[in-house]
Amino acid sequence: MRFFLRRFMFYVITFWAAVTINFLIPRLLPGDPVSALIAKNQGRISPDATEALRALFGLDQDVSLWQQYLDYWGLILHGELGISFTYFPTPVTEVIQQALPWTIGLVGIATIISFTIGTLIGTGIGWRRGTWADSLLPISTFFSSVPYFWLALIAISLFSVTLGWFPASGSYDRSLIPTWSWEFVGSVIYYGFLPAMTIVISSIAGWILGMRNMMVTVSSEDYVTVAQAKGLSERAVMFGYAARNAVLPQVSSFALSLGFIVGGTLVMEIVFSYQGIGYFLFTAVAAKDYPLMQGIFLVITLAVLFANIVADFVYGVLDPRTRQEG
Amino acid sequence: MTIDTSIVEEGEELARPSQAPETGVVSSAPRRSSREPRKFLFLRNSKAIAGMVILAFFFLIAIIGPWIAPYDPSARSDDILQPPSWEHWFGTTHLGQDVFSQILVGTRGVIVVGFVAGIVATTIGVIIGVTAGYVGGLGDETLSVIANVFLVIPQLPLIILIAGQLPTVGGVTVALVIAITGWAWGARVLRAQTLSLRRRDFVEAARASGERTWRIITAEILPNLTAIIAAGFVGTVAFAVLSLITLSFIGIGNTGEWNWGTVLYQAQSQLALQRGAWWWFVPAGLCIALLGMSLTLINFGIDEFVNPRLRSTGLNAKSLRKRGIRPRIGFTPVVYEAKEDRA
Repeated sequence: MRFFLRRFMFYVITFWAAVTINFLIPRLLPGDPVSALIAKNQGRISPDATEALRALFGLDQDVSLWQQYLDYWGLILHGELGISFTYFPTPVTEVIQQALPWTIGLVGIATIISFTIGTLIGTGIGWRRGTWADSLLPISTFFSSVPYFWLALIAISLFSVTLGWFPASGSYDRSLIPTWSWEFVGSVIYYGFLPAMTIVISSIAGWILGMRNMMVTVSSEDYVTVAQAKGLSERAVMFGYAARNAVLPQVSSFALSLGFIVGGTLVMEIVFSYQGIGYFLFTAVAAKDYPLMQGIFLVITLAVLFANIVADFVYGVLDPRTRQEG
Repeated sequence: MTIDTSIVEEGEELARPSQAPETGVVSSAPRRSSREPRKFLFLRNSKAIAGMVILAFFFLIAIIGPWIAPYDPSARSDDILQPPSWEHWFGTTHLGQDVFSQILVGTRGVIVVGFVAGIVATTIGVIIGVTAGYVGGLGDETLSVIANVFLVIPQLPLIILIAGQLPTVGGVTVALVIAITGWAWGARVLRAQTLSLRRRDFVEAARASGERTWRIITAEILPNLTAIIAAGFVGTVAFAVLSLITLSFIGIGNTGEWNWGTVLYQAQSQLALQRGAWWWFVPAGLCIALLGMSLTLINFGIDEFVNPRLRSTGLNAKSLRKRGIRPRIGFTPVVYEAKEDRA
């Protein structure tokens, strides 16, 4: 229990830090872009919304910083993130609500596929170290050095423009109405295949490499030798003894590298014009839509934190030591 | 790939130098290299060498790029959207700009940002990581929580958030923003290593003999962290390069400053894909991949230098089979040993 309690405390601190960073950034950085935007939209923004924006971006100079901070927390805890300038007058929360399921669906599924396949391949390569399988390493290194979005560009030019197999942009056939029909779901899968493929290919190398190196290290441990000396089948030793222990750092690095992966995949959405969070972040940056930018950052951080909690839980299940009392 | 000789002779040479095999079955490589001073062990790793050579190449381009560029990268001409030719090695853009010149000139921005960010982030990482590991107690708890918070918060969105709200974004600003958000990984690894070094005998001895804390850290602990610091530095440079290019690609930063990301940004915004202008975005991407790969290779070299178990990657399948070694778990093939057994 102590393990989970400690982790829980850590996530509370991280959430606090993320909100505080979000609070401080517009206040610490020079320039005052938001009041210019409010002035530009004078008369179009309701007094209530103006009030919220002023609190979110610290435009009330007469209020003390501490009071601003408290007001800010009040707004955040009520789920109030201001209104988006680009999609005026839609609240930021609504914009994010529309985009989030697409990102979670695409990035989440692709990352889990990549992690699973990568770990399995890494297990195999690490086990059969010094055979042809090692020659996969340089190839995977190459793919991990390429920025995600560039791979996406290549994938589009190859499979969409040249071969015409997959659509180059969008997330579903625009002539369909979003429902839970087979036709619509099929279209979503069809449109999502290329982006998901690109994410898998570009992120799999890290998992393969990490797992391989852990397998190599773990497989010279005594308990693996003992398991083999007992005459257990190769499979049992490989998965039950070596891989089971080698996968632990893999799970914790999954949690830690999620932020990095999410960052990379957000840009992927931009390339594919996939209507997820990343695409909206891009339009927000281009249009200098600060409330939307900040809201998206907060939501992404929350999502990553949540994924971290899940990874921690899995870790607790895999590693009995963490469940030890005392 | 040839046999990684460094594993073999390290212990061998000391133990029984007279028995070093003269049979020449392995090729003469180990003989030659074994005469070099041992401190260049790292540089005998073929991966590290390959990485260093590529990196040196990009360094050279970063220095001389703007002088050897055949055209002004921003100058327009009448050759609009031309495929690669003798006049324009990498073709031209929609304005008739020479892509090859853009890449050459842009190398400097990439390298400068990468290394400035790498140096700053590594410095922060070393200070925080080593302090946390050495001090222990509450100070350690606090510093590690800070590092972990920075690790968990998604960096790229944070960088976009900060850089997007700055009024003017030059190369060095981007480098600093990347450094501020990207130091945590190095700090975490360094803290763990410092923790394990802190109670070693030589550190205890230094403490017992009354050395000042400052001296213990700089003279006793830091030299033992060199490899990890180097690996962290190389990793951060790779991360910084990727971040810079991503930022430029989504249009944050000074678009007047050339780097590989700006080339890609223009290619994307001018629909190079749809127009079939592959030469516009392929070279920049390959350069990024090559630079990233060189950094990864250097890191492999460092990894194998630090963790001898990983070194056997250098032995390829064919040479192992020739020696009758069946790679299995539970043992690290040591080539000389096996060969002598058979002889």
